[in-house]
Amino acid sequence: MNEQRIPIVQNILSANDAIAESNRLLLKQAHLFSVNIMASPGAGKTTLIEQTVKNLSNDLRILVIDGDIATTLDADRASAAGATAIQINTGGDCHLDAVMLNKALVQTDLRQFDLLIVENVGNLICPASFELGTALNVLVASVPEGHDKPHKYPSMYRGVDYVILNKIDLLPYVDFDVEFFRKGLEALNPAVEFLLASCRTGEGLSNWYEWLRKQVDRFRSLSVV
Amino acid sequence: MHELAVTQSILDLVLDHAAKADATQITKIYLVVGELSSIVDESVQFYWEIIAKDTLAEKAELVFRRVAATFKCLECQTVYHLDGQVVFCPSCGSSRIEILSGEEFYIEAIDIET
Ligand SMILES: Nc1nc2c(ncn2[C@@H]2O[C@H](COP(=O)(O)OP(=O)(O)OP(=O)(O)O)[C@@H](O)[C@H]2O)c(=O)[nH]1
Ligand SMILES: [Mg+2]
Ligand SMILES: [Zn+2]
Repeated sequence: MNEQRIPIVQNILSANDAIAESNRLLLKQAHLFSVNIMASPGAGKTTLIEQTVKNLSNDLRILVIDGDIATTLDADRASAAGATAIQINTGGDCHLDAVMLNKALVQTDLRQFDLLIVENVGNLICPASFELGTALNVLVASVPEGHDKPHKYPSMYRGVDYVILNKIDLLPYVDFDVEFFRKGLEALNPAVEFLLASCRTGEGLSNWYEWLRKQVDRFRSLSVV
Repeated sequence: MHELAVTQSILDLVLDHAAKADATQITKIYLVVGELSSIVDESVQFYWEIIAKDTLAEKAELVFRRVAATFKCLECQTVYHLDGQVVFCPSCGSSRIEILSGEEFYIEAIDIET
C-alpha cells in the first residue's frame, strides 16, 4: 500500500462557478443583460421587481426568474405586473445555484428579452457563495433590518455591484442611522453603487430605472462586437 | 445553512481527483476555510458521514484549517481582527480598510492510498 498527498488548491464551489461561467456565456450570446437580486426575506425584492416591470416594460422586454423554496407567489406577482415569469422551486435549498438557473435558461428563448431579473431566495448568507453568472449582482437591504447589517454579513455586502436601501419611508419610525450603514458598506465595498429608495412611495427608484436602462444599452453594445 | 451543497461539492471534487490518481482510498482531506465564509465545520462533518458512505472517501478525515478574518486600515496601517462588532479600524475609526484574509474557501490537498 502506497500513501500519497495530492495537492489540489481548488475552490470548493468550483463546479458551481464553472456552470455560472456557462450561464454568463449563454446570456452574452443572447445579448441579454441580467441582474441577480439578493436580500433577506421580506426586504422587498418582489415589490422592487413589480415596480421595475411596471415602469420599464413599455421599453424593455423583461424576463423574471424567481427562486423560491416552495411557492409560486412571487412569480405570479411578477407576471401580474407584466413580465414573463419563470418559477424555480429550490426544494428547500436556501439559495439559487448556477445549475438551477441553467435549467431555466436553456428552456427559454433568451433572445426574446432585453432584461433578465433573477430573484434569489430570501437569505443574507447563502446566496453570496453561489455565483449564478448574471452580469451584475444587486442587494436589497431594508430599513427595518437595522443599520448594522453590512458588519454582520460582510460576504454578502462585498460581492455585490449595487445596493438599494429600501423602505426609507419607514426611517422616521425606526432607529436607523443611514450614515453608519453607508460607512459600513463603503468599508467593505468601496466601488458599490448605493441608492436610498422606497418601493412603497417610489422615492429614489427613477435612479434605479435609469441605471438599468444604461446597463442594458451598454451590455447590448458590448455583446454585439 | 448551505452545508449540504458544500459537502456534496467537496465530495465530488475529491472523488474526481482520487480517480485520476487511481486511489483505492482517500484518507484525509485538507480544507481551508476563512472566517468570513459562513460554514459550520460540524454541519459539513455531519453531512459527510451520510453522503460519503460507500465511496472511496468514506473513511476520510476532514481537516479544517480556519483562517482568521484580518483587516488592515489604509489610514493608519493598523492590522486587526474582527472584534465581533464593526469592521472599522479600532485605532482611528476609519472605514478605509482592506481585507487581508478570511475569505478563503478551498480544498488544499488530499491524502490517498493507491
Ligand atoms: N413600508 C414599506 N414596505 C415595503 C416597501 N417595499 C416592500 N414593502 C413591503 O414589504 C413586504 C415584503 O415585500 P416583498 O417584496 O414580498 O419582499 P421579498 O424580499 O420579495 O420577500 P421574500 O421573497 O419572501 O424573501 C411587503 O409587505 C411589501 O409591501 C417599502 O419601500 N416600504
Ligand atoms: Mg419575494
Ligand atoms: Zn486606522
